[in-house]
Amino acid sequence: MADTVVGDRPDPHVSGEDPSRRDFIHIAAGAAAVGAVATLAWPFIDQMNPAGDTLALASIEFDLSKVAKGQQVTVKWRGKPLFVRSRTEKEIAAAVKDDHADMRDPQADAERHKPGKAEWLILIGTCTHLGCVPTFGGGEYGGWFCPCHGSVYDTSGRIRKGPAPKNLAVPDYAFLSDTKVKVG
Amino acid sequence: MSGHSTYEPKTGFERWLDMRLPLIRMANDTMVSFPTPKNLNYWWTFGGILAVMLGFQIVTGIILAMHYVPHVDHAFASVERIMRDVNYGWLIRYMHANGASMFLLAVYIHMFRNLYYGSYKAPREVLWILGCVIYLLMMATAFMGYVLPWGQMSFHGAVVITNLIGALPVIGDSITTWLWGGFAVDNPTLNRFFSLHFLLPFMIAGVVGLHIWALHVPGNNNPLGINVKSKEDTVPFHPYYTVKDGFAIVLFLILFASFVFYNPNVLGHADNYIPANPLVTPAHIVPEWYFLPFYAILRAVPNKLGGVIGMFGAIGVLFVLPWLDTSKVRSMRFRPTARLYFFIFVLACIVLGFCGARLPDDPVVPIGSTFTLIDADLNSFVWLSRVAALYYFAYFLVILPVLGLIETPLPVPESISAPVLSHPASAPAGATASPEKRG
Repeated sequence: MADTVVGDRPDPHVSGEDPSRRDFIHIAAGAAAVGAVATLAWPFIDQMNPAGDTLALASIEFDLSKVAKGQQVTVKWRGKPLFVRSRTEKEIAAAVKDDHADMRDPQADAERHKPGKAEWLILIGTCTHLGCVPTFGGGEYGGWFCPCHGSVYDTSGRIRKGPAPKNLAVPDYAFLSDTKVKVG
Repeated sequence: MSGHSTYEPKTGFERWLDMRLPLIRMANDTMVSFPTPKNLNYWWTFGGILAVMLGFQIVTGIILAMHYVPHVDHAFASVERIMRDVNYGWLIRYMHANGASMFLLAVYIHMFRNLYYGSYKAPREVLWILGCVIYLLMMATAFMGYVLPWGQMSFHGAVVITNLIGALPVIGDSITTWLWGGFAVDNPTLNRFFSLHFLLPFMIAGVVGLHIWALHVPGNNNPLGINVKSKEDTVPFHPYYTVKDGFAIVLFLILFASFVFYNPNVLGHADNYIPANPLVTPAHIVPEWYFLPFYAILRAVPNKLGGVIGMFGAIGVLFVLPWLDTSKVRSMRFRPTARLYFFIFVLACIVLGFCGARLPDDPVVPIGSTFTLIDADLNSFVWLSRVAALYYFAYFLVILPVLGLIETPLPVPESISAPVLSHPASAPAGATASPEKRG
């Protein structure tokens, strides 16, 4: 239809058949559709992120007096194991001695505990390789050993050997009193 | 689906339907009269076997979903209830669990057959890529299905595999949290895995439809790897291959039944009968047997991101295989050198599977440690898997591209029905046409 009409009337503006106006409508409609789909896609993607109640359970309080010297208590925090370890003088000394050793993720022992609280080491108990739970007392550095792929951590939870890329993570926590910490 | 249809509607109803929705015509053209090369051997029966296994998995899976509870507090107990209390629940669950293994076994044979006979080469590249998509979907489905019983291996397997994504720089951690729906593998994770485990088989079925469509455009490859030249070279799909496939399916189901009834747990891991405990990891984490080669590649690389890239690269390289292989001759029957490398490749895959099941530092030969090379003892499974993984990639990235350019293939027969086919090596001079013209 358009072919015959355009042939008769050389000025397309008169007939309202200006192809550039059509293009504009096509592009505008297409862009609106893409925008609408993209906007609608976000709720469908974001619903998989942690829900409100999951986030609400994200912090816990822990009573340190339950942990004896040289002991480790594992508690569940955010679905993951949390190591609360009361270190012996020997372990602290071994960790400080290695502060300048060749390490994959160099960190001084003092950066891994709260000031003046060298005894208390609080760590997320998942191997930074693939998330297994390391066991204490294994490996040649006196710290943790991961049974899955053989990562070895020292008494400060720093990675010393094996495939893990990073030190055991220190969560956000604060001392509420001398015997109470709030994690998260 | 392509070519001339031979269907002739017989009854009035068939004629009426054929004008409106030619469903019977399609079924006839794909499953009855479809011209199929007459020299297909038993390695070609695994397509039919796979279709049957997919059907089994969907039917048993839907039944299990009627009794299973996707919640961290109830999942393990509901699976035990299926095993003990639900009528024939033990049978249906064992069929589903072992069916997954049989499905993967059949798909591996199907894929190796492809590699040997060059079925992925032009004009079947899309057919091959769709097959790779099906394989990826199958692995995702199998992995998520294994998480559902919520035993120790389920849980920690899910932890390890989802943590692989955390190896990605910058965005890795947020993607992992997004996948988990929390800060660890927990109830939201189990819920969504159940939903996706239910969905994916139907997506597989859809891609299988495309796969069969893409098969029926160029038609089947065959053991000689040459194109069908005339009607002489083919037989109708029914009854010739319905019966041959049917016989193979019966044999395969006997194997399947021997696992279901006599050794239903041999392919699983005993630790998965312990309820999931996020605070204790089993001493020795192993994936299901069908993932072991990739797991070995993951552990062979002493770097987290590198290991993950290696593992996914091992599957990714399959997608570009049609463009890596430079040889115009499809079947390795006529490529004696390539055939040798192919069998070493099969061996490398099996070796990787063995390595994936063992601890990386264990000695391969029981003579204790030898000497340390770079970061591990030479006599260890980590070094064995490095050698095998290197060969795996070299086969696709070096051997197949180079070999196609330098090797001299044997003479290829004129046609499938030509009498030279039984002795290709002693083919008369007239049969030794240049293979590159045959594509």
